[in-house]
Amino acid sequence: MHGLINRSIQSYVCNSHGNVIWGEVAEQAGLDVTEFEAMLSYDDALTPRVLDAAALVLRRPRDEVMEDIGAYLVSHPNFEAVRRLLRFGGVDFQDFLHSLDDLPDRARLAVADLHLPRIELRSGAEGQFSLICDASVAGFGHVMMGILRVMADDYGALALLEHAGSKNGVETLIITLVAADFSEGRQFVLGASVG
Amino acid sequence: MNKKPQSATLDVLCPMHLIVSPTGQILHAGPTVAKLRKDACLVGQRLLEVFSVKRPRAINTMADLHLAANRKLHLEMSGTPRTALKGIMVPMTDGSGDVILNLSFGISVIEGVRDYALSNADFAATDLAIELLYIMEAKTAAMELSRRLNLRLQGAKTAAEELAQTDKLTGLKNRRAMDAVLERLLASGGSFAVMQIDLDYFKAVNDTLGHAAGDHVLKNVARIMIEETRTTDTVARVGGDEFTVILPRIGDEEVLRGVGRRIIERLEEPILFEGHECRISASIGTVWIQSGPTMSADEVLSDADVALYASKHAGRAQQTFYKPELRNAANASVPPTGRGKVENP
Repeated sequence: MHGLINRSIQSYVCNSHGNVIWGEVAEQAGLDVTEFEAMLSYDDALTPRVLDAAALVLRRPRDEVMEDIGAYLVSHPNFEAVRRLLRFGGVDFQDFLHSLDDLPDRARLAVADLHLPRIELRSGAEGQFSLICDASVAGFGHVMMGILRVMADDYGALALLEHAGSKNGVETLIITLVAADFSEGRQFVLGASVG
Repeated sequence: MNKKPQSATLDVLCPMHLIVSPTGQILHAGPTVAKLRKDACLVGQRLLEVFSVKRPRAINTMADLHLAANRKLHLEMSGTPRTALKGIMVPMTDGSGDVILNLSFGISVIEGVRDYALSNADFAATDLAIELLYIMEAKTAAMELSRRLNLRLQGAKTAAEELAQTDKLTGLKNRRAMDAVLERLLASGGSFAVMQIDLDYFKAVNDTLGHAAGDHVLKNVARIMIEETRTTDTVARVGGDEFTVILPRIGDEEVLRGVGRRIIERLEEPILFEGHECRISASIGTVWIQSGPTMSADEVLSDADVALYASKHAGRAQQTFYKPELRNAANASVPPTGRGKVENP
């Protein structure tokens, strides 16, 4: 698994719960290292172990922790780059939803060996979408839930999100776009952090 | 053909296009290019007063510009900011003699979006500008992560080197390891000996046959010293051609005499390097510490240095045992400021 993913989990635990708690998570997961390096690769088996350990130490369901991680990734100032890069995907929330199919390819443009799970958006009735997430790590759909929740706010859209369960390693989210311009949203200036 | 609907189409396909009359008056500006000079409406102005053509060279009139149709143009806006633009101009097919000049930021898109606060909607849906900005930003973020990783690895490497106990070239112990052994022996209070060994004529090998030959010789020296000492002894390379051997539990000076003699004899055997014979020898200063008065590591090494200096002074290729009188003699001639101060001839 790419270090960026493991490092994100570590950052979430450290920033939201403190370094001491992260130490406990690392120990619980039986890690040889206490720090993940963002630009190195790690054994795939480590990621679920760290997630299980985090759930255990934080005494919360793993799905909930994963949703929190998703929300953290696009809202914490340290990860402003992630929010910005996602905002490049579309001019409004609906446009952004349609850009999610390209997300793994976009991620690889940035970091060649970063492989994100495949995601596919399917449009249903007016304002209804389902997002099919390949969940190589169980609960990935919950991470996407957290991301979409924050991004909807970011675009100023009102959207209802529901995790419709998992089957055969695929998790499905149901997205209902209630209002595309519900609030002001957050500003996205194209030239803000370039160069 | 009606010009209006065509402009509307072009506004979507090429939001940075201008329609220019045969005399050079701007008749229409696409929505994005119109943002480049907000306070001055581009429509109605003369093209060559708002833009200067940098390439091809010497385009000063509309007649010149018409000759450059269908060629890539490099333009610069007058006033501030002096945005650089790329463009291509094609004649309209409606018989009016008007031209369409389509513009693009090219590589200056990064400054462009910043200077004019442009958004995704200002670029045609097929324009790669947004993707370019995305890649720029993504790569900058990834590079920053890599840079930080490199800095941490660099720090870890330095720390590891500081903790290292081995001399990279010869595999012998280094000075740090030797210091630790010496401190341990002094603390335990037993008897032991320290030999300071400087190679003689090594500089000549380096100077005449090069560093590769020198490295080859040093590796052989290391092997010989290991072979001529016990496994409980410590052989360290403490400088370029300077070695220290620590021999614990020595009951007889004769043992040390034998070890020193054998090391010198074997080092004097020619070492072959690419068909050349490298000839060196060694000067040894030995101090034998018997249980008794406590000394510091510095004092022990200083005594050994004095003995080493005496060996060099007496013509090299020999071993001298430390005696207090040597120090007086040394003081009388050249102060023994440590080893390696006497140049090899």
